[in-house]
Amino acid sequence: MTALAEPAGRKVAPAGAGDAEVWELRLYIAGQTPRSVAAFANLKKLCEEHLAGRYKIEVIDLMEHPQLAAGDQILAIPTVVRRLPTPLRRIVGDLSNMERTLVGLELRPAKSVK
Amino acid sequence: MSKAPAGRMPPNRGLAKAPTGVQGLDEITGGGLPRGRPTLVCGSAGCGKTLLALEFLVRGATQFGEPGVFMAFEETGKELTENVRSLGFDLDDLVKQKKLAIDFVRVERTEYEESGEYDLEGLFVRLNYAIDSIGAKRVVLDTIETLFGGLSNMAILRGELRRLFRWLKDKGVTAVITGETGDGPFTRHGLEEYVSDCVIQLDHRVENQVSTRRLRIVKYRGTTHGTNEYPFLIDEDGINVLPVTSLGLQHTVSSERVSSGVPRLDMMLGGEGYFRGSTVLVSGTAGSGKTSLAAHFAAAACLRGERCLYLAFEESPGQLLRNMRSIGIDLEPSMKKGLLQFHASRASIHGLEMHLATIHKLVREFQPRVVIMDPVGSMTAVGTRRDANVMMTRLIDFLKIQEITAFLTSLTSGDAALETIDVEISSLVDTWLLLRDLELGGERNRVINVLKSRGMAHSNQLREFLLTERGVELQDVYLGAEGVLTGSARQGQESREKAVAMLRQQEVEGKQRERERRREALEARILALQKEFEAEEEEAMRLMAQVHASQEVLGKDREEMGRSRKSDASETPARSRKAPGGRK
Repeated sequence: MTALAEPAGRKVAPAGAGDAEVWELRLYIAGQTPRSVAAFANLKKLCEEHLAGRYKIEVIDLMEHPQLAAGDQILAIPTVVRRLPTPLRRIVGDLSNMERTLVGLELRPAKSVK
Repeated sequence: MSKAPAGRMPPNRGLAKAPTGVQGLDEITGGGLPRGRPTLVCGSAGCGKTLLALEFLVRGATQFGEPGVFMAFEETGKELTENVRSLGFDLDDLVKQKKLAIDFVRVERTEYEESGEYDLEGLFVRLNYAIDSIGAKRVVLDTIETLFGGLSNMAILRGELRRLFRWLKDKGVTAVITGETGDGPFTRHGLEEYVSDCVIQLDHRVENQVSTRRLRIVKYRGTTHGTNEYPFLIDEDGINVLPVTSLGLQHTVSSERVSSGVPRLDMMLGGEGYFRGSTVLVSGTAGSGKTSLAAHFAAAACLRGERCLYLAFEESPGQLLRNMRSIGIDLEPSMKKGLLQFHASRASIHGLEMHLATIHKLVREFQPRVVIMDPVGSMTAVGTRRDANVMMTRLIDFLKIQEITAFLTSLTSGDAALETIDVEISSLVDTWLLLRDLELGGERNRVINVLKSRGMAHSNQLREFLLTERGVELQDVYLGAEGVLTGSARQGQESREKAVAMLRQQEVEGKQRERERRREALEARILALQKEFEAEEEEAMRLMAQVHASQEVLGKDREEMGRSRKSDASETPARSRKAPGGRK
């Protein structure tokens, strides 16, 4: 289980050059709970698999920035919000269900998935 | 403010309560909603749940100094603000002043995809943040049931809801949760199992084309509360619940008397008029003059400088004013001075409870000392007789507690027995004036009769009731040999009898004159007789004197003759006596 080393607000953006479009994902958590950690791990894994090189994950800890919850209409924790590309999509949960997550993010699961 | 109604819910010493500020609700609940606990407000769509919750917050912020948070799940903040602006609630202003915080939670199923386990911590965070940002003591969640529509994992949802209510309790905020009535007894998704401290149910019924809103306290832990349905109305000030007036007969009474406006009527009522705080009923057939009496009473009250509230259910104020002017009562100056207020509405536009609530509100705001209801029978247009009766009982009770003199007019139908009235409140009223029509000799005239007047010696006489340009006038009826006569029959009879009386008078005078004459004649005769008698007497006396005189003369003559004859016989005895031994 990868610990969430990044403090809130820090972006994780592996180098990517010549991207078609960069996906911006925001992960909302409320403190470092096992679920949140799992969500982050799953998200990272997913992004590496399907969006290698063209994604940005922003982690927002509502415990530290509660006022941000209203802006993005966050109800459930953890929630991943796909900000780009539009339209806005939301997935709630620890993202353990990969298929649902992909559907939610509108990422066509590559048939030739590894 | 109105006097504290006797018999209101006793204040509960144990449970702390948060006053709502909603008119009437605090009285029913004995102080307000349970402090620090969640209250469930349920009802069908459009019942007024959101409004009640909002009023709870707004009044809490403005009247009781308790800021509040409104978590809206259905309407956006903007929509809410617009909707309540007409009630005089400026939500934007309150938000600016940090007395209110509005957070709109959008739960759109299509936007969410659920993957794995989650909880609703986001909601908690937002709620917590909002509460802390303004130091809120009150929270409204409206309508949390939308979560059920947005999220599909029931187990998580229910668990989180339980957690939420526990959290709210721990936070110490007084929460109002709204829920929509569905198939379940209270709410569609059974929120009542979480909110168990207080449940209020709102209802909006349509009966006989008239809609009534009702409120019922289904459950209130730790407090004795009224379990009845209480009607309420929503008007420009918000929600107005009909307060619990004393349904026990505990009210103070006054011995003061107020004039009815018609001096002779006052005389019929023990000389002084009605008791203050009593209820007066005038019943009569159509057009008998009930409204005129009402107008007199209003005018008299305004003359005393007292405020009068005139509830008209059949005529418009303009019409009333015009009609009353024709009998010499000008109510317009009183209206302008603010002493007289009209409230005219057709009885059929509201339900009975709404009427009662409206009247309560008018009385509370205007604080009159006299209330006139013209006519009372119109209430049966909106309810059964029994319902109308109940409503009138409550109204009369309410007015009595306030020591307001009530003047009610009621229509009797021409053919029914004169003493039956549409709403059988005759036993509730203290004074009952009956206006009757008498038909005789081709015309109808009105008579008035004091059928009853509790607590005073009242006249039992009929008086003829006339509407003149100087107002209502009462005249003694004529009791002729043929019975009670009024109107022109009376006048005819009066003049006939006057003629007869005059004739008799003349006769008497004539006889008197005759007697005088005869006495004079008699006296004259007596005088004559007397004179005659005197004359005769004189004659007799003269005769006697003559005789006397002649006798004297005779005597003298004899003496003379004797002397001249020198009659010894007459002298000698004397001489012989004189000379001793004289010659015999």
